[in-house]
Amino acid sequence: MQMNSEKAITAARAQSKAALASRDYGKLAVTGWRRESGRVGVRNHVVILPLDDLSNSASEAVANNVKGALALPHAYGRLQFGADLDLFFRTLIGIGSNPNVAAVVVIGIEEGWTKRVVDGIAKTGKPVTGFGIEGHGDIATIARASYVAKEYLHWASELPREECAMSELWVSTKCGESDTTTGLSSCPTVGNMYDKLIPLGIYGVFGETSEITGAEHLAKARAATPEVAEKWYKMWRAYQDDVIEAHKTDDLSDSQPTKGNIAGGLTTIEEKALGNLEKIGRKSKFIDALEPAEAPAKGPGLYYMDTSSAAAECVTLMAAGGYVVHTFPTGQGNVIGNPIVPVIKITGNPKTMRTMAEHIDVDVTGILRRDQTLETAGDALIGMIQRTANGRLTAAEALGHREFVITKLYRSA
Amino acid sequence: MSIPHLLVHSPKDTCGVVVVEDLKAGTDMLGLITENDTTFHLKARMDIPIGHKVALKDIKAGDTVWKYGEDVGKATADVAAGEHLHVHNMKTKRW
Repeated sequence: MQMNSEKAITAARAQSKAALASRDYGKLAVTGWRRESGRVGVRNHVVILPLDDLSNSASEAVANNVKGALALPHAYGRLQFGADLDLFFRTLIGIGSNPNVAAVVVIGIEEGWTKRVVDGIAKTGKPVTGFGIEGHGDIATIARASYVAKEYLHWASELPREECAMSELWVSTKCGESDTTTGLSSCPTVGNMYDKLIPLGIYGVFGETSEITGAEHLAKARAATPEVAEKWYKMWRAYQDDVIEAHKTDDLSDSQPTKGNIAGGLTTIEEKALGNLEKIGRKSKFIDALEPAEAPAKGPGLYYMDTSSAAAECVTLMAAGGYVVHTFPTGQGNVIGNPIVPVIKITGNPKTMRTMAEHIDVDVTGILRRDQTLETAGDALIGMIQRTANGRLTAAEALGHREFVITKLYRSA
Repeated sequence: MSIPHLLVHSPKDTCGVVVVEDLKAGTDMLGLITENDTTFHLKARMDIPIGHKVALKDIKAGDTVWKYGEDVGKATADVAAGEHLHVHNMKTKRW
């Protein structure tokens, strides 16, 4: 089994190298894990998922006992209600269901909501077990959960990688610490990648509702149908009315553009939005506007997801939607990662490349020097997506960036 | 070709972006419009950091600033061609 798997990987890599060189993107292959649901994952995590803030301690203790298991501590899960609670469950269940996760142990303060998360994840067919702390205490719970986590880890560590088509990947995008170079180089590099891979059948997604402001007319025009355009526009409008207008104290000039954006030369929200929108390329239209953390259900293509523009929140929501690789253009040098999804950083800013290269996976500074075309930059990104899917750790993974941030809609009860 | 100092998205734009570090006042900048690959020259009137914008023509206070061929805000002071264009002399029209 292992031998066959290794031979298959070597053959697939040779074929893919040739395919990329000849720009025959349809022949690109990756070696990932095909999960029970049929979806392809590119990481093989055994996740210890706390239901709530109170269960972080036990979850981290289990991950400490079982080396290689990954705890995902977070701040919420108590006394949430309504749409905020729905989003919370969608996020936790989505993260556990992501194909980059092989198996899950859920630990909660009580068994009711713990079971709700377990049942949601179990629909994918992957191994998942839940533990409630009440009536047992942390120490006994940690012991019980550790035995299960260890079995899951043994099982997951023997799952072989299989050859899969590149077109089976779900690739998300969001940029951060943008500046004027992102709109000129790293964002259109992602756009070029989407122009090449979306027609082949990958799922793409972009979001950042507040950062579309200034380019909303252009974003709306990229909806596939008038119905999707209306749905999208309502989402954007609601963000303006219910979030920005309801909570702003003066205007957004202190947070949009951010201080980092301004240091990088961006002056207005419109300028930032136009650069941001370069990520979706020239060809694709988005076929649905998703709620935060909602899994796309209209087949392959480009999607919009209603997200905040804060990097960790947005990437977490896209991971919960089922995306397995993230492409992240940066100008001034955002260092973000995600615990279960590899985040590939791309920059075209030569100063950032000079001062913080350890955070960057794809250098497209040649675009500004005019010794690299968007065409070759897009190919370089496709090559890096493939290498990342095949197992190369991203800069964020190597440096231990595991930002897992749940989006909360309003105060708890 | 030589490395450009300045990139411009669209021929309609009234600003460009400095793409080299340590650009000094007085530099005869080589500019390039990426949409149609045409080049031009413009003298920098001040030191301008990488990533920051330069006015391509004289812009009057209140004039719309164009980038990506789109309206990205307005000038809040008169800006001469070759001068630094940023938060001190430009803002959004939204708020």
